[in-house]
Amino acid sequence: MTYLVEVTNLKKNYSSKEAVKGISFNIKENEILGLLGPNGSGKTTTIGMLLGLLKPSAGEIKINKMSFENNRIEILEKINFISPYIELPKKLTVKQNLTVYGKLYNIKKLKDRIEYLTEKLRLHDLLNRITGELSSGQKNRASLAKALINKPSVLLLDEPTASLDPEIGDFVRTFLEEYKHENKISILLASHNMNEVSRLCKSVLMMKNGEIIDKGTPLSLINKHGRANLEEVFLKLSRNENEFN
Amino acid sequence: MNLIRIYGLFLRHFYLITRSFPRILDLIYWPTIQITLWGFISNFFATYSTYYNNAVGIILTCAILYDFLFRTSIGFNMLFLEEIWSRNFTNLFISPMRISEIITSLVGTALIRALIGLVPAIFLTSPLFGISILNLGISLFFLFLSLYIFGITLGILVSAGLLRYGPSFENIAWSTMFLIAPFGCVYYPIDILPNVFQKIAYCMPLVYVFEEARAILINQTVNIENIYKAFIINFIYLTIAISLFYYSFNQARKKGTLINIGE
Repeated sequence: MTYLVEVTNLKKNYSSKEAVKGISFNIKENEILGLLGPNGSGKTTTIGMLLGLLKPSAGEIKINKMSFENNRIEILEKINFISPYIELPKKLTVKQNLTVYGKLYNIKKLKDRIEYLTEKLRLHDLLNRITGELSSGQKNRASLAKALINKPSVLLLDEPTASLDPEIGDFVRTFLEEYKHENKISILLASHNMNEVSRLCKSVLMMKNGEIIDKGTPLSLINKHGRANLEEVFLKLSRNENEFN
Repeated sequence: MNLIRIYGLFLRHFYLITRSFPRILDLIYWPTIQITLWGFISNFFATYSTYYNNAVGIILTCAILYDFLFRTSIGFNMLFLEEIWSRNFTNLFISPMRISEIITSLVGTALIRALIGLVPAIFLTSPLFGISILNLGISLFFLFLSLYIFGITLGILVSAGLLRYGPSFENIAWSTMFLIAPFGCVYYPIDILPNVFQKIAYCMPLVYVFEEARAILINQTVNIENIYKAFIINFIYLTIAISLFYYSFNQARKKGTLINIGE
C-alpha cells in the first residue's frame, strides 16, 4: 500500500490547551480523505501542521516518505492549499497572481501550466481581471488554479465550496474528481458540507476535541451508527460526549 | 537560494506598485514634500546661522540621507504588512520559499521603492535650492549603503516582531524611526546630546554617517574611520536582526501566530 501522507501520533499543545491529542492517519495515493468535526475539534490545527505553518509538539508527518520537519521546503514544493479564508492579492489580475505563484513554486513552462489551468477551470475571461473584483465563485476558481499551479501531489482543501452557489459548487466538485483521477493526487478535504464529503471521499475521519473519534467510509459510518446520512452521523458524534468512551 | 523565487516575490510587489497610480504618487509625494520643506529651512539657516553659513545645504543633504533611511525601513515593513492586509500571508508561507529568499526579495524591493520616491526629490534640490547631494563625492555611496543596511535592519527587526506578535505589532512598525531619530544626530552634532544619550547614539551607525556627512560638507575632509565604524555596527545589528527573524519564525510556528495572522 502506497501512502503519500503518513501522520503518526501527532500532537499540538498550546500553553493552556491540547489542540490535537496524538492523532494518526494515512492518505493513499489517488485518495480523497474527508476530515470532519465541529468547530474547535482540531481540524484547522491539523491542516496547519500539514502545511508547516505550525510545528507539532510531538509526533511526525511524512509526505512521500520524507519527514516534514527535516524536508520542509522540498515538501512544500509538492503540496498546496485552498481555503475561502485565505485570498490571493486582490489588486493583481488573475494572470499576474498565477505568474507570481508560478515563480514562487519555480514552475518550468509556466505559460503552458497557466494555459492548462485556464482551460480546465474556465478562466479565459478572468485572466486579465483584478482578483479583488471577482465574484466568490470566480475567486474560488482563481484560488483553485493557484493551488494547482505546482502540480501538487498532496492537496489540502479547507471548505473549498463554502459560500458558493450550487452550480459553481458542483463544478468545483466535478473538477476535483476529474483532476484527482487524471493526476493521481492525494487530497485531504475538511468540510462541513456532508453531501460533498459523501460524494468525494472514500474514507472519512471524525474529529472531536483534538482526537479522531471514528473513521471509515461514509457508508460504513452511516450503517455503524444507524443513521440515514452522514450529516446525522456528524450530529450524533458531535453532540454525544460519551459515545466512544 | 533560488533566484526565480526571489524574483517571484519581487514581481508580486512590482505588479502591485505599477498597477496603481496612487501608490506611485504616494511613494514620490512624501519625499518630495519632506525635501522641499527642509530645503527652505536649510536656506533659512544658511542665511542666518554662523554654523551653517559656510556650507549651504548641510541640513538638506542630511534630510535626504535620513529620508532614504526612513523610506528603506518603512518600505520593508510595508511589503511585509501588505501580505497581512491582503490576507495573502498564508499563501506566502506555505510556498516553498526559504526565509533567506523572502528577506532577500524584500530587501531588493524595498530599495527600489525607496529610490522611486527619492530620486525625483533629489533631482528637485538642484534647480530649487542650488544644492547637489553629489557634493559628498564618492563617500556618498558608502553613506547611502550604510543607511540602506540600517534601514533594512530595522525593517527586518519590525517584521520579526510582526511574525512573533501578529498585526498588533503594527504600531511599532510605524514608530521605530521616530524612536531612534533623536539619537541619530541627523540635524545636529552629537555634542548637543546629554552624555547618556551620546553613549546610546554611539551604539548606532547613524551618528557616524551624519557626522561624516557634516564633516565632508563643512571641512571638506573625509574621515574613513566613521564609515568603517558605521559598517561594523551595521554588520552586528544586521546579524542580530536576521537571527531574530529566524527565531520569530520558529516561535510563530510553535505558538500558531502564522495561522492567526493568515486568516
